[in-house]
Amino acid sequence: MNGLLKFIKAIEPDKKNSPFLHTLFDGFFTFAFAPNAITKQGVHVKDGMDLKRTMVHVVIAMQLCYLFGTYNIGHQHFVALGEYPSFFAGFHLKLSHGLIKLLPLFIVSNVVGLGIEFWYAAKKGHAIEEGFLVSGALIPLIMPADLPLWILAFAVVFAVIIGKEAFGGTGMNIFNIALLARVFVFFAYPTEISGDGSVWVSALDKSAELGTFVSQYGWPHSLLDWLFNGIGLSTFGDGGKAVVDGFSGATPMGIAAKGGWEAVTEVYTTSQMLWGTIPGSIGETSKPLIVIGALFLVAVGIASWRIMLSMVIGLIFTGVLLNGWGATVFMEVPWYYHFYMGSFFFAMAFMATDPVTASSTNTGKWIYGFLIGAIGLIIRVLNPAYPEGWMLAILFMNAFAPTIDYYVVQANINKRLKRVSNAA
Amino acid sequence: MLRNEILKVSLVVSFILSSQLVNAQSPDSASSSFSTGLTILVIIFLFAVIITIANRLMKLTAEKVGADKVGASNTVIPTWKEFFGGDTPTRSAEEGQFHVLRQGYDVPLVGDAEQRIDANLQATTFAMKPIDIHGMSPIPKLTVKEGASVKAGDVLFFDKKKPEIQYVAPVSGKLLAVNRGPKRRIDEVVISADKEMQYKAFTAPSLDASQEEIKNFLLESGGWSLLRQRPYNVAADPSETPRDIFISTFDTAPLAPDLSFAIQGREAAFQKGLDVLATLTSGHVYLGLDGRGETPISTAFSEATGVVKNYFKGKHPAGVVGVQIHHTAPIGKDDIVWTIDAQSVATIGTLFLEGKYDATKVVAVTGAELKEAKYVKTYQGASIESFVNNNTTNDHVRYVSGNVLTGTKIESKGFLGLYDSQVTVLAEGDYYEMFGWLVPVKARPSISNTFPHFLYPDKMTADTNTHGEKRAFVVTGQYEKVTPMDIYPQHLLKSILVNDFERMEGLGIYEVVEEDLALCEFVCTSKQDVQAILRQGIDMMIEQG
Repeated sequence: MNGLLKFIKAIEPDKKNSPFLHTLFDGFFTFAFAPNAITKQGVHVKDGMDLKRTMVHVVIAMQLCYLFGTYNIGHQHFVALGEYPSFFAGFHLKLSHGLIKLLPLFIVSNVVGLGIEFWYAAKKGHAIEEGFLVSGALIPLIMPADLPLWILAFAVVFAVIIGKEAFGGTGMNIFNIALLARVFVFFAYPTEISGDGSVWVSALDKSAELGTFVSQYGWPHSLLDWLFNGIGLSTFGDGGKAVVDGFSGATPMGIAAKGGWEAVTEVYTTSQMLWGTIPGSIGETSKPLIVIGALFLVAVGIASWRIMLSMVIGLIFTGVLLNGWGATVFMEVPWYYHFYMGSFFFAMAFMATDPVTASSTNTGKWIYGFLIGAIGLIIRVLNPAYPEGWMLAILFMNAFAPTIDYYVVQANINKRLKRVSNAA
Repeated sequence: MLRNEILKVSLVVSFILSSQLVNAQSPDSASSSFSTGLTILVIIFLFAVIITIANRLMKLTAEKVGADKVGASNTVIPTWKEFFGGDTPTRSAEEGQFHVLRQGYDVPLVGDAEQRIDANLQATTFAMKPIDIHGMSPIPKLTVKEGASVKAGDVLFFDKKKPEIQYVAPVSGKLLAVNRGPKRRIDEVVISADKEMQYKAFTAPSLDASQEEIKNFLLESGGWSLLRQRPYNVAADPSETPRDIFISTFDTAPLAPDLSFAIQGREAAFQKGLDVLATLTSGHVYLGLDGRGETPISTAFSEATGVVKNYFKGKHPAGVVGVQIHHTAPIGKDDIVWTIDAQSVATIGTLFLEGKYDATKVVAVTGAELKEAKYVKTYQGASIESFVNNNTTNDHVRYVSGNVLTGTKIESKGFLGLYDSQVTVLAEGDYYEMFGWLVPVKARPSISNTFPHFLYPDKMTADTNTHGEKRAFVVTGQYEKVTPMDIYPQHLLKSILVNDFERMEGLGIYEVVEEDLALCEFVCTSKQDVQAILRQGIDMMIEQG
């Protein structure tokens, strides 16, 4: 190991002559080796925890979502075509199709995001900060599988530059980076990320002749077909196969908005919705796997259980009120079924708990989470334009988190002032 | 404790009732789900209303009968410590109030001092370090020249800004050197000690004398230099009469000395010291006692008279005096309180009992890098050379006067700080660790559950590696986990960084000094220099007046 260390130290680029290369080197070097810095003032020993470790545990927590999400891309594609309807049938096809869709999204999101991060770090002369490790892993999970890569790249550029670097980098941003990327796509290219049809199911193309959706493959599929053929497995084929009759590609929320819970259960069973074998953004469909990630984050003490719990309470509270009102079919969907639909759990586990954009006080976290739960459900149920509310609710509350903190901290200040005036 | 029982039972009943309601309804129709949910909400709401009203009534009654002054909690809602504190012993008022502190962290280090005093180890040189006294001008006025002979209790120097306070020699001997730092700052005034200690003879006034007389005696005899003043931990101001005086009689810091052991043999002096201190304040002398019940408490502490006792149970920083003040009688804007450590109380006591400045200190020599960790009996400001010489397992170590959280780095021939009674020797951590942030090979102390604590030993070694680089504040709620005070450390630090004085005041900068928030720096994921930032804020506050 010492030899390796010496070799790596020997190739270190000069900081003055090539700041970008040096920053890059420093980023990868500190990734491979924990630095040899020692305490100078204050405490002499420090906790083993650092930001890299914090961030990587969030990434670990979403690995199950990655596994399932990748496979589900393929699964939804073939279900739409009426092929391999059972979950594990056509395993190699579903998995490879999922990877063909997911990997480019992941690579583009990280190359673009980290590229900007590195460039800013070099320009400002500080070490590369770890914030984008999590953002870069989250962004692919909250996008539809078919999202054009250039749109994704634009979204990441917007989120990282306007959302983060403009405010001063990791730890300074007001809005959640991953959600900013999504909201950019949502408002700039709405047809790519909302509605029915081919949005949530990948590799489908509208066919003018048939008047319906047909499957459409690219060169990676042909390459794999050649491979699969060689070892005698089933293949993708040339595409052009029409979807099954009655295919809508709609998400449960879209259906519930029109026909209530009964209409949803006609299309998807509750266990399908629970386990996540339904169309949707890549990583947000499987509730148990997200909950495992959430519990992991709570167990290791990285995500705030206060925010998670109060979000659940906020959803129940609003759900009950809406049930009582019951003016539309969507309002009449029993409050507990709202947990089955949409991306509530994903938002709860990975988005709302971002420590930088959430409330920083423990009391504030209760209020913050509760309001996200309440507002998110209001947007989901009452607003016909936005099918899902968590993204907007969290961004909205991101803007209000400093205000909540202000009042919580002010209460502490007032308490202290009152004590003084009492004593005087 | 009746109200606790009532509350517990009613909570359980309401939960059972609400779950029954949920089960009783069929979950299919929206209207029934609504009524179920509504019933639960109504029950919770009514419950909250009843509690709030009862709470208000109880507070009003308490104010009427004056019970709110004695410090008991007068609410229907029990505090957490009452609710879960089944292990809290009930004590009478004379025995002292019991405080259970939930937040905190005991850094699990190996290298505790074995409880015996090694009489063979004797320091030969001693030093007074002006830098230990916060707020002192860097070049105090020296009253003796190099080479002169001094007795224990002879004046060495005083601060030109506060000339009344005399800083005296802890031992008798020859003034060996005055070591200066940058800009002629005086770092150390070194004395080579006599074999046979010579004490300057003082005539102490009786405790019935006027406060003025006692004050003047303390000022000239050096006893005053051991007092510290809050807010800001500066030298006690002789023109002030403090609201209260606080003494912590146990140290919860990593590897800290057992003060009950250290005070052995000086019980009478300690009690005399308490009596002296009682004449200096208009309020009380508060004694913070160890409520953890793990080690025996010296009778000097538990049977002390003329003081108000408070027991504290909890992890570090339960033994830190600032935390104890916060839970006993917090410092407000215009309050002034004094603090002093337990061994120094005995020094003041000896001044009045025997008329000599006896700076005896039992010091714990601790740390994992020592061959033998033990106690030594020496004097304040002792050179650590004889304690650590030939006693370390290797050379690549750091010597710290004090504990690993608040101590000062010194050389192997360096001197103990004025207020320190501990030496810690720990390994330097200037090594690279491959993927050290991801797969830590060696056990390391941490409050984070991302580390496999179940694989780690109960106590471990730690080195000075920072385990990561400095970053902006990202993680929240972390400082609160180790700060048993009603205070928002991160917001306070941020207000210091932006020079917002009003907010610094509001967020309680009067209540904290570095040692109170030292654990925040230890746990900080972003590796921020919490203590340095806090000191920066305190200095700004002092400058502003």
